[in-house]
This record gives sequence, C-alpha cells and structure tokens, in this order.
Amino acid sequence: MGAASNTTESPTALKRIPHDLAVALDPEELDAHDRHWTPLKIAIWSAISLLGGLSWVMLAVVRGETVNAIWFVFAAICTYLIGYRFYSKFIEKHIIRPDDRRATPAEYKADGKDFAATDRRVLFGHHFAAIAGAGPLVGPVLAAQMGYLPGTIWIIVGVVLAGAVQDYLILHFSMRRGGRSLGQMARDELGVIGGTAALIATLVIMVIIVAILALVVTNALAESPWGVFSVGMTIPIALFMGCYLRFFRPGKITEISIIGFVLLIAAIIGGGVVAGTDWGQTYLLLDKVTIAWGIILYGFIAAILPVWLLLAPRDYLSTFMKIGTIGMLAVAIVIIRPEISVPAVSEFASSGTGPVVAGTLFPFLFVTIACGALSGFHALIASGTTPKLIQKERQTRFIGYGGMLMESLVAIMALVAALSIDRGIYFAMNSSPALTGGTVQGAVAFVNSLGLTGVNLTPDMLTDMATNVGEESIVSRTGGAPTLAVGLSHIMQQLVGGTSMMSFWYHFAIMFEALFILTAVDAGTRVARFMLQDSLGNFFPKFKNTSWRPGAWAATAIMVAAWGAVLLMGVTDPLGGINTLFPLFGIANQLLAAIALAVCMAIVAKRGLFRYLWVVALPLGFAAVVTISASFLKIFSTTPGIGYFAQNRAFSEALAAGETSFGTAPSVEAMEAVVRNTMVQGVLSIVFVVLAIIVILTALQATWNAYRKNSSATSEDDAVQSQTYAPAGFIMTPPEKVLQAEWDALPVHKKIKIKGH
Amino acid sequence: MTLLAGVRKGARGVVWYLKGILGEDAYEKYVAHHAALHAAGADDGTDGAAPHPLMTEREFWRDQTDRQDANPQGRCC
Repeated sequence: MGAASNTTESPTALKRIPHDLAVALDPEELDAHDRHWTPLKIAIWSAISLLGGLSWVMLAVVRGETVNAIWFVFAAICTYLIGYRFYSKFIEKHIIRPDDRRATPAEYKADGKDFAATDRRVLFGHHFAAIAGAGPLVGPVLAAQMGYLPGTIWIIVGVVLAGAVQDYLILHFSMRRGGRSLGQMARDELGVIGGTAALIATLVIMVIIVAILALVVTNALAESPWGVFSVGMTIPIALFMGCYLRFFRPGKITEISIIGFVLLIAAIIGGGVVAGTDWGQTYLLLDKVTIAWGIILYGFIAAILPVWLLLAPRDYLSTFMKIGTIGMLAVAIVIIRPEISVPAVSEFASSGTGPVVAGTLFPFLFVTIACGALSGFHALIASGTTPKLIQKERQTRFIGYGGMLMESLVAIMALVAALSIDRGIYFAMNSSPALTGGTVQGAVAFVNSLGLTGVNLTPDMLTDMATNVGEESIVSRTGGAPTLAVGLSHIMQQLVGGTSMMSFWYHFAIMFEALFILTAVDAGTRVARFMLQDSLGNFFPKFKNTSWRPGAWAATAIMVAAWGAVLLMGVTDPLGGINTLFPLFGIANQLLAAIALAVCMAIVAKRGLFRYLWVVALPLGFAAVVTISASFLKIFSTTPGIGYFAQNRAFSEALAAGETSFGTAPSVEAMEAVVRNTMVQGVLSIVFVVLAIIVILTALQATWNAYRKNSSATSEDDAVQSQTYAPAGFIMTPPEKVLQAEWDALPVHKKIKIKGH
Repeated sequence: MTLLAGVRKGARGVVWYLKGILGEDAYEKYVAHHAALHAAGADDGTDGAAPHPLMTEREFWRDQTDRQDANPQGRCC
C-alpha cells in the first residue's frame, strides 16, 4: 500500500540507497514498526487515553462548584497526543505520502542562507515562534464569557481536525513546490480569478488583522503610564541591540538577547517608579486616541527603517520572551492548579447578548477563537520561511501538525488564566466603557445587573485589583490583553512574590503581549507593502522595484493609512471598539483559512486522492459555514447589536428624527461616528465574504474538473534524488536510531554530497 | 558518564537549542555549506557564474539583514 504511491508520484527513479547509506527508511520496515504493538506501547497509549477520557469527563460531565485547571491541561495534551499519533499519521499515509528519497528544497536549492537544512527540533521552535503570537492569547479570553466548555472543546477538537491539518498540508505542499507562497499556489491551482481573489483577500485580511492587533495594544496601554513607559522602552532597547549586532559584535544573538532581556526587566521595574512620579502622570498618562496615533506613527517609521535596526533585534527579544514566558506559565499552572468557578456553559452562549463579544455560540464562538484552533494566517508562515529549511519530507508532520498543537496548548493556557480570575472582575474589565461608564460604580452596577449566578461584584474588588496590578483602574480594559495579564499575575504571584509582585507580573505580561504585537504590526506592514508594490507594479512598472525609495514609502504609507484608519475607528467607536471589531478579525482569519484549505483541496483532488478528500473538505466546510454565516449575520441581521447595517439604520433613523443621543452614543457626533463605522465594517464584511466565496467556488470547480478528467497534473517541482538522512520526529524510533548510527559513523567527507557541476 | 559530564552535556544541549532558535548558528551553517560546495569541486560556481568568495562573519550578517529587508517575512498574530 505504502510503496505503491511512491512509483506513481515520482516519475524519475529515486533510489533509497544512492551511495553508501540509505537516505530513507524502508517503507515496509516503517509500516511494520507502526503496526507492531508491544505490551509497553499498548500500556502507554491506554494510559494516555484513560487520562484524556477522565479529564474530559471532569470538564464536561461532572458538575461541581469548581473545576481544577489541571483537567484542561490533561484533556488538551492527551487529545493532542492521540491526534498526533493517529490522525496525523493517517493523513501522512493517505494524503501527504512523504518520500524521504526526494530531496527537500533545503537540499536541492541549498544556498547556505535562505535555503538551509535545519535540525528538525530547532525548526520546530522556529516555526512555533513564527506562528504563535498574541492571537491565541486574546481570543480565548474574550470567548470565556460563554463559559469554559465551548471554548475548550473548540480549541482542542478544532486544532486536531482543522487547524493542524491546514498547517501540515500547506507546509508540505509548499515544500514540494520549492517553498512557494500561498498566493502563488492559489494562482497555480485555482487559475487567474481564484488566484487574484485570494491575493486581494490576503491583503485586505492582513490590514484588518494588523489593525485589530494594534487596537489590543492601544487598549492595554491607554491610561497606563507604567505600560507606556515599559513598552516604550522596548524601542531604545531594540535600537541598542540592533547597533550592537551591526557594529560591535555581529552574530552574537544569544548574548545580546540576554542583555536585552535584562534591560527589559529593568524597564518593567523602572515603569513602576516612573508611574509613581508627577512627571510620569503628566507625560505618560495618555488617552486611547493619542496612543493610537503613536502606534500609527511608530508603525510607519518601523516599517521603513532597515530590518537590522529595529525589526530583527525586537524579533529576537520577542522569541526569547515567548518561549520563556509560555514555559513559565505552563509550569505555574501545573504547580498552582487554580480552581475555576466559571460555569461550563454560560447564559450568553444561547442568548447572544454577552457584553464582551456580541452573538450566540454558533457561529460567533468559532470566529472569536481563531488562533489556537484554526488560523488562516499560519498558511502564510507555513508557505514562507519554514518549507525552505526542512531537512527531510517526513519531518513536515512534526513541524506542521506538531507546531500547531503547541500553539493550541498556548490558547488553552490563556483560557485557563482568564477563567481563573473572579467572574465579576472579568466582566467589569471586558465590558465596553459605553456599558460601564468607565467608572468603578458604573461597572459594579452594570455587572451586578447582568444577574449572573455566583457573581457579586463590590467596588473594593475592583479598586483592590487595580492597586495590586499598579493601574489607575481596571474598569473596561477591553481587548483581552489586560485580562490575560491579570490572570497571569494572579497565577504567578502564588508561585513567586505574593501580592506585592502582582504589579510586576501584570506589566511583564503586558510587555510580553505588546512585544509580539508590535513585531506583528511591523512585519505585517512590510509584507503588505511588498504585496501592494507587486500588484501596483502591474500597472506602474516602477513599483516592482522594491528598493525604489519613493515607491516603498508611498506603499508603506498606504498600508499604514489603511490599518491606521481601522484602528482609529475602533478606538473612537462609541459602541466600544473591540466588541464590534473583534468578530471581523476572527472572520478575516477564518476566511483566510478557508482560502488555504480550498487550495489544499484542489491539490489533493489533482493528485487523485478522492477517497480521502473529506480530510480537507471537513475543515473547509466547517470554516466556510462558520465564516459565511457569521458574515451574513453581520451583514443581514436585524438585531442592531449584531448586524452592522441594522446598527447603521438604527442610528441613521435616530439622526433623521433629530435626536441628539441614541443608545450608548451621547452626542450627534458620536451618532455620526457610529453610522460611519458600521458602514465601513459592513462593507468590509461584504468584501471578505464575496472574495472567499469566489475562492471556494473556483476550488470546487478545480476539484470537479480533476474528478471528471481524472488527470493527475501536478504543479510540484521535479523530484530530485536526496543524498542526506535525518529522523522524522522529536524522538527517534528504533529503526531511525539504527540508520542514524550508521550515518554518524560515516567519515565526514562522505556525508555531504552536493551536486556540483 | 559522571554527573558533572551529564550536566555539562545537558547545558551544551540547551545552548545549542537556544542558538538554533534565535538563528545564531546561521553563519556556521553558511560556512559549512560553502566548504561543502568547495569540497564537491564546484569551484566554477553554480550555474557557471563566478565563484562566490566566502563572506566574513560581519559581511554575512549584513547580507542577511539586507536580504530580510528585500524579502520580509510575516509574523503571526
């Protein structure tokens, strides 16, 4: 079974043993090893299944007063292990069909720079650092309003059946095509119309994603001198690091990252001191609009500065912080094991009137949590750097599927952190100022009026928490980041430092999220700028030259203006910003996933694998139904809280009737702002959904054509004989160990065989 | 293996991993690639072009960030 596929897909005769040693394991031997169930193996997998099953029972069936956070972690890890061992193996065997006799781009295009074979474990960390950012930390926090169970199920089941499948397929398909980008693959597989629609959709989606990430940072830094100081200090720290690497000690990345990290901690501690001074209160206590303008200006300057000065050094810092903090949070959750008193499914899941994000569980849970379960943005990473660094074909399962499972675990931990704080405080922080009035009294009155069982918020709880975390106020700190920071500080202070350290941990968490987001904003603007220049170049050839300064600056300015406008719209929105805009972020991300999966489906169909098409069709169908129905609700719903145009109509009619305040908008200007914002949001929703439908239809057509013609035309690069060997997974299997030992024993001069000519 | 040797091996592993993830080993990989090309007798350079002289460490890192300037990579949300 396994061997038959190799001959049909590799036209040239590839050898398993080209020279001295085998470059691939014998498929029969591999298969035999997988099928050979020793008693130990059976015992281990039985234990994993039992623990996983027990955890799900504790989460979903047992209804106590509280549920311990450790069950979330066990349920997640056991399910991931089972999904990885069985489902991803199934996909590997029937759809991916890797062939280690084939050289990867890192081997046949090796240049020692962009195409360079990288150790699988290192590349796993690399890939993880590139895909995981603020997304999996924010979405689950906002979705916590529906209770803990819906979010948990979607994150864990979603990643196994959808998110990790998408990442795995895109990574492998891109690798087979020399590291081609998603946009190029869409054009190859779906033709000009589908390809162009995919390209425009990607560009628009990128703008939205950058804007909403920037909105999250703005909300976290507004009215917070401490946050503004410590996050602001990351800029001079990164500049210093950049100069150090450029002029003083090139290449000493670990060294400077450790120095940078120490400076970062000093900046967090210094922020506490500065926030206590009059000077800090006068100059750093900034409102949202000022911060938003600051980020827009920063985004423009950062995107035109050379990479070495700001982007690259901050990227090192962000990677350093990411791996460290996530590891730290995981350890803390396992040791502290917080008790969670949030109901499994809250009243807002069915009523759709939740103050954090409007809408019922279906479809809005699935767009509120995108990253961590299914994230289309990953398709851009999995078809970018990573495929050019893979050593052997069989490693894509570990890196693509496994990397996404890790991100999902981050999302679960963010969910646990958000669930561990008091539910009253959660709603006071995440309800928009329009509902709470932005005051402690207003927040207490609003949250208690929600009539949630077990919630009895008092003003002291809010002021005490604000004092503990070193903020002026924690009322209406929407966007998810401050809530996660409170959750993280709540957990970490039990491990290190007690209440007096809470303010440090809070600002540590804010800094950690701001670092990712600023890197994503800067990198996103650059990528979008290149995409725009490439498109404009079709009409004005001069734009194609990306080193032409005026063109580069103009394209950067256009992209920054685009996301800046959405950001300002969110910041000044009388309806609250995050709760109206966040669904747009999720919808955009999921539509990108639908586009990526549509491309995958066309490829799988063209390979003639119709029996297994459901593996792709299942997540594609789900993503399409969720995003299209969410978009339609946003466009056509007559409930003003949900439908953009319904809201638009309500406010327009109020204005026409000569009213001077309506709903949460206190003035005519505010009402006009709502009319303007809802129109923009509604039009964006229409653009997204139309583009996505075009892409999906072209993919269906490509699939149908492939079925009818029964053709196996492939857009893969030609197969090249591999000359090297490396194991596939994190841990070597016994057959891999044997072969690896033979390679290790080989004299050095025989190991590397480069095709010279 | 004594305890000390074990700890040393573990520490070396951590440093190796950290350097790998941050990309500090990029120059070593480039030098190794260059040496392999040389050993394989590809002095005439690939595609018949003039041979590329080995870049110094400083040149290599400048070249690397310049390539990132010309070919930006996204960071995910």
